[in-house]
Amino acid sequence: MEHTLSFMPEERAEIERLKSLYPHPKAALMPVLWMAQKKWGWLSEDVMRVVADVMQLPYAHVLGVARFYTMYFKKPMGKYHIQVCTNVSCMLRGGEELYERLCQKLGISHGEHTPDGRYSIEEVECMGACGGAPMIAINEDFYENVTFEDVQRILETLP
Amino acid sequence: MNYTVPHLVLPKIERLHELDVYLANGGYQAYRKVLELSPEQVIEEVKRSGLRGRGGACFPTGLKWSFMPKGSDKPKYLAVNGDESEPGSFKDRQIFEFNPHQLIEGILIAGYAMGITKAFIYIRGEYHKWIRLMERALADAYARGLVGPKMTETFGGSYWLDIVVHKGAGAYICGEETALMSSLEGDRGYPRFKPPFPAQKGLWGMPTTINNVETLATVPAIITLGAERYASIGAAGHPGTLLYGLSGHINKPGIYELPTDTLLVDLIYKYGGGIPGGKKVKAVIPGGSSMPPLRGDEIDGVVMNNEDLKKYGTYIGTAGIIVMDEDTDIPRVLLRITRFYHHESCGQCTPCREGCGWMEKILRRIVDGDATTEDLDLLMSVAGQIEGNTICALGDAAAWPVQGFLRKFWDEFAARVKPRRTFVPLNVVHGRRATRATLLPS
Ligand SMILES: Cc1cc2nc3c(=O)[nH]c(=O)nc-3n(C[C@H](O)[C@H](O)[C@H](O)COP(=O)(O)O)c2cc1C
Ligand code: SF4
Ligand code: FES
Repeated sequence: MEHTLSFMPEERAEIERLKSLYPHPKAALMPVLWMAQKKWGWLSEDVMRVVADVMQLPYAHVLGVARFYTMYFKKPMGKYHIQVCTNVSCMLRGGEELYERLCQKLGISHGEHTPDGRYSIEEVECMGACGGAPMIAINEDFYENVTFEDVQRILETLP
Repeated sequence: MNYTVPHLVLPKIERLHELDVYLANGGYQAYRKVLELSPEQVIEEVKRSGLRGRGGACFPTGLKWSFMPKGSDKPKYLAVNGDESEPGSFKDRQIFEFNPHQLIEGILIAGYAMGITKAFIYIRGEYHKWIRLMERALADAYARGLVGPKMTETFGGSYWLDIVVHKGAGAYICGEETALMSSLEGDRGYPRFKPPFPAQKGLWGMPTTINNVETLATVPAIITLGAERYASIGAAGHPGTLLYGLSGHINKPGIYELPTDTLLVDLIYKYGGGIPGGKKVKAVIPGGSSMPPLRGDEIDGVVMNNEDLKKYGTYIGTAGIIVMDEDTDIPRVLLRITRFYHHESCGQCTPCREGCGWMEKILRRIVDGDATTEDLDLLMSVAGQIEGNTICALGDAAAWPVQGFLRKFWDEFAARVKPRRTFVPLNVVHGRRATRATLLPS
């Protein structure tokens, strides 16, 4: 049994819809990379080749774009990807300490994931939530005005 | 909409983000009013209002719109800048969450005025939730025929446009307008030289205007109030209201919409509730991390708009105010800011790529106590070499805080470095230290 990756027919239809939103179909590359990352968790070479194929773009172009943007994962991340902001407004309110304590607690550092694959952590730049500093994001959700204890509690309640 | 000053962009109306509530409060009436005017008259109205861009550069909006070619049958595009990545800025997300329809209505008005065929709202990828909120509002507007081809039935006339939400993926540089356009086209977000300006050659080579989210969300209020009325609000040189963001050492951080003649001390003490622990203010960044800071002892009397801030060697930027109390370690703050710009430099220009790296290294030495007085001069000189010598303004954005913090907090930096190496023993001539005077700091 071959394990070739591919998009399902309804996903292909969605990709065609995305392409039609722009004057030139290439513009759908970012949304399609988002779709691919949602589906496969990260952008492996195989995944990027599938994307290049549906987008009818050179693989090198897809790779270049994927590498340019920090939110496209070029390696597997944890089930819960924790992003801790340490930029100025957060730093002034303890963002750096929060990041260090979390790294310590989880035994991982920037861009790494726990052996069980449950958590990964990343020190990030300003997330546009400076009024809620210090803040973290877990996958797509923001948690603002948090202490280390708050984060511990949040992590425990995650399924 | 029944606006009460100063709540023009974020009116205090419950559930205003819902289309029915927005409509019940007079929403989409400004667009109807605009249809009675010619596109040129709309641009004139925006010019007379004195509206200036909220994306950081304060460019007059009506003037920018007038650069778009008229009467051509080429497609024309509007790129709505919701990249919101300048540290200290978190205002546009309030609009996505609490008043998305006013942004849509602003896009319709801008679209009509410039003959836009399609608008793209570029929202930073981290804003997953706010992208969903914006998409929901847009879907509701489409379903009611307020956006898209059905606009001609809903509003009459022949003008209509489509609006697409585009999700970024984590790159501060994509907020820069030419980088944003490359990113939208499906490329890496590299800025390019101007000219050609976007109004001549923008998205897919077509005339394009780029405006910030808050800029466009202000437009329906201008149309509703009338240009004269709007121009009379706040400071004359930079009228209207701003979504001021308060963060850092402040009791009540958040977004406050206030007229542009608001005093910084009022923002900090009256609205922001003062500094935690009743501490003194040491420094304030007035408009996002690239803006030079103000010293705590000069904030009295500072009026928070671009024209007034110029007197203090700084600008309003995104109006993201970062407050630092008396115990703040200024060199560490500057190191963090510089690390950010170094990280976000796209690397195309040598002065920006290398210079930001240098500045970060020197600042690291200063913070670690390994620097000498010469390093301070070197830091100043590197910043000076970046400023004005790069393709895009990220270079300036990196240089300004370095120059600003050093100028205003020189003593604090000087106290952190070792004295200049004097090589004195080598210059001893007949027992006299001949060149000592020239080697010591002046
Ligand atoms: C490095 C850099 C980052 C920028 N980031 C943003 C941003 O996140 N949002 C924004 O609206 N403008 C940003 N700008 C300014 C835009 O280039 C552009 O001037 C602005 O979006 C124009 O809109 P306005 O005239 O309505 O202000 C940035 C500029 C630079 C140089
Ligand atoms: S100034 Fe910096 S960010 Fe801008 S184009 Fe040059 S290298 Fe890239
Ligand atoms: S500095 Fe942390 S969210 Fe802006």
